Amino acid sequence: MNANHMNGKQAIGMWKRLWLWFDELTGLGATLGPVMTHLVPRAKKTRWFYVLGSATLVVFLVQVVTGIALSNSYVAGSGQAYESLRFITQNHLGRILRGIHDIGASAMIILVGLHAIRVYLMGAYKYPRQMNWLTGAGLLLFTILMAFTGQLLRWDQNGFWTAVVAAEQAGKVPIIGPWLAHFLLAGDTAGGATLSRFFAAHVFFIPACIFLFLGLHLYLVLYNGISEPPKAGEPVDPRTYRRGYHRLLERDGVPFWPDAAWRDLFFGMLVVITIVVLAIVIGPAKLGKPPDPTIIQASPRPDWYFLWYFALLTLIPNWIERWVIVVGPLVFGLFLILLPLIAPRGERSPLRRPWSILVVGSIVAMIGYYTHMGFVAPWAPRLDAQPLPTQVVGAATGPVAAGAKLFHDKGCEYCHAISGYGGIRGPDLTYVGDRLKPDQIETRIFSGAVNMPSYSKILKPEELRDLLAFLDSRRRLATAGASPPAP
Amino acid sequence: MDDSQAPRPEFPIEDPERRRFFGKVGAICASIAGVIVAIPAVSFLLGLRKAPRDWRVLGKVEEFPVGETKLVSFLDPSPLPWAGVTAKTAAWLRHEEEQKFIAFSVNCTHLGCPVRWLPEADLFMCPCHGGVYYGNGTVASGPPPKPLPTYPVRVRDGNVEILTTPLPISGE
Ligand code: FES
Repeated sequence: MNANHMNGKQAIGMWKRLWLWFDELTGLGATLGPVMTHLVPRAKKTRWFYVLGSATLVVFLVQVVTGIALSNSYVAGSGQAYESLRFITQNHLGRILRGIHDIGASAMIILVGLHAIRVYLMGAYKYPRQMNWLTGAGLLLFTILMAFTGQLLRWDQNGFWTAVVAAEQAGKVPIIGPWLAHFLLAGDTAGGATLSRFFAAHVFFIPACIFLFLGLHLYLVLYNGISEPPKAGEPVDPRTYRRGYHRLLERDGVPFWPDAAWRDLFFGMLVVITIVVLAIVIGPAKLGKPPDPTIIQASPRPDWYFLWYFALLTLIPNWIERWVIVVGPLVFGLFLILLPLIAPRGERSPLRRPWSILVVGSIVAMIGYYTHMGFVAPWAPRLDAQPLPTQVVGAATGPVAAGAKLFHDKGCEYCHAISGYGGIRGPDLTYVGDRLKPDQIETRIFSGAVNMPSYSKILKPEELRDLLAFLDSRRRLATAGASPPAP
Repeated sequence: MDDSQAPRPEFPIEDPERRRFFGKVGAICASIAGVIVAIPAVSFLLGLRKAPRDWRVLGKVEEFPVGETKLVSFLDPSPLPWAGVTAKTAAWLRHEEEQKFIAFSVNCTHLGCPVRWLPEADLFMCPCHGGVYYGNGTVASGPPPKPLPTYPVRVRDGNVEILTTPLPISGE
C-alpha cells in the first residue's frame, strides 16, 4: 500500500518534471495559461445558453475523428464506394462509426443552428463582434455544405440521384447554371468523376475552410471576449462598449477555466453520449439499392435537414422556382452578411428587439412546416399502390370491378386515394359519386388539369364506361363496409 | 553582455525607399509562387471531362415490338475505369413504326428524377413530384417545364443504335 502510494507520487513527480521541461522549451504554459483563464462575464440565468457554440465544436471534432476512421475503409470511386460502405456497415464497429458520423452530422446542423439563433437573439453580433458573426456565418454555410456532400458520399441509389438532382437544380441558376451543373458532376454525366469531386470537397476542401474560419472565429471570441448577457435599456455604443466590458470583467468576471469551461465540457459530453447511444441503437442511415443509373425504381429524397428546402421548391409555383433556387439562398446569405454591418449598435436584449423573435419564430415555423410536408410528400405519386381489394371495390365482376382495375392500371390510384388506398396528390375519391355526376367526372378525366393528365386519348370508350361506373359507385352508403388498410 | 550595448548590425536598407522596394519584392515573389501553383491546380479542377459521343447498339430491331416502350441500358462512350455501375446509362426506347424508333431520356425535365413508364396508361410518371408525360414525351401535367429530351437513334444492319448524350440539364 505504502509502496503503491510512493510509486504514485513518483509517477506524478515524473510527469511534472516532464511538463516543466516541455514548458521551459516551448513556453506554452505562459502563452496558453492566460488564454484558458481569461475573464468572462458571469452569465447567471442564461449561462447554459453559452454552451451551444462549444458543443458544435465538440461535434465537429467527433466528425473529424470518425471521418478519418471511416476514410480508411471507404473507397472514393464511383464503382466501389457502395461495396466499401457495405463492408463498413457489416462490421459491427464500422456500423457504429458510420452511425456516429451520420447522427453527428444531424447534431452539428442542429447545434450550429441553435448557436446562431442564440447569438442573434442576444444581439451578440453587434459591435465589436461583427467579425465573430461573419466568420460564424461562414461556418454555418460550410456545415451545410458538409451535410450535403456527406449525404452524397453515401453512394447508393439515393446518393447517385441526389447528385443528378443537385446538378439539375444548379442548372436552373440563370446564366452560369449549366456550367455549375457540369462542374458539380465533374463532367457531362453523373459517373466516374462525380463521386471523387464530392469526396474531395467533403474531406479536403470544405474542412480546410472550416479549420481556417474556426481558427479565426475562436481567436475573435478571445480577442473580443465572450458577450455579456444583454440587458434591456443598455444599448451598445461603439465609443464606450469596450471600456464598459472591461470594467464589467474586472468587477464581476470569472476565469473561463474552469468556471465556465466545465459547463461546455459537461454539455459536450452529454451531446457525445447521446450521439454514440443513438448510433448504437438506431445505427446509420440505411444503404439503399446500388447506384446503378439503370435501376430506375428510385425516388430520391434528401436527408431530413434538407427536406424542407426540397419541399419548398416543390410547393411553390413553377414559374418562380428558378428564382427561388437562386434568390432564396442569396437573400438568406445577404441577411447574414448585412445584419452586423447595418445594426452594429443599439439594444441587444430580445425584449427590446421583438422583431428578432418574430424573425426566428417565422424561420423555425417555416422550416418545421416544410419539413413536415417533406415527410408527408403530398405531391409524390404512390407508384407502389396496389390494386384495390374486392371488399373496397364492392364487386368481383362486372363494370365496377373492371373500372376498379382500370383505376389502378391507368395510374389514377397513384395520385387519388379510395378508402385509404392510393396516393394523396389529387383529391380523395372515396365518395366522389356523392360529389360529382358521371358527366362531371368524365369532363375532368378528359380535360385533365395542371397536375392531372388528360385521358382523352388514353381511354377507349368501353374503358371510360367502366371507370365511370366504378367512380360513380363510390358513395357513402355503398362503401360503408370497407375498412381502410392498416398503416 | 547587456543588450542595449550590443553593436547594432549594419542594415544596408535603412532608407525607407529601399524598404518599400523590398516589401514589394517580397509580395511579388509570394504572388509568383502562388500563381504558378494555382494555375495548373485550378485549371485541372475546372477542366471538365467532355465525354465523346458514340453510337451504341441496343439490340436487334425484332427485340422491340412495334408500339412498345422499353427500358434500355448502354455504356457511356468512354467510361472511367473506376466508374463501375455508374458507367451505364438508361433510356426509354419506343418503337413507333417499322424503322422508326424514338429514345427518351429517363431524366425528368423538372429536377432530373428517373421517370417510369406505365405501359397500361401509356404515360411516363415521375416519382419525385408527380410530373406526367404522354407516350410521345410531351408534358401531360405537373411541374416538368419541357418534354422529355430525346436521344438520336438509328437502325443499322438490323440493330437499333443510340447516340450517347450528356445528361440533359433542363436549365440549358
Ligand atoms: S423531378 Fe420529375 S416532377 Fe420533379
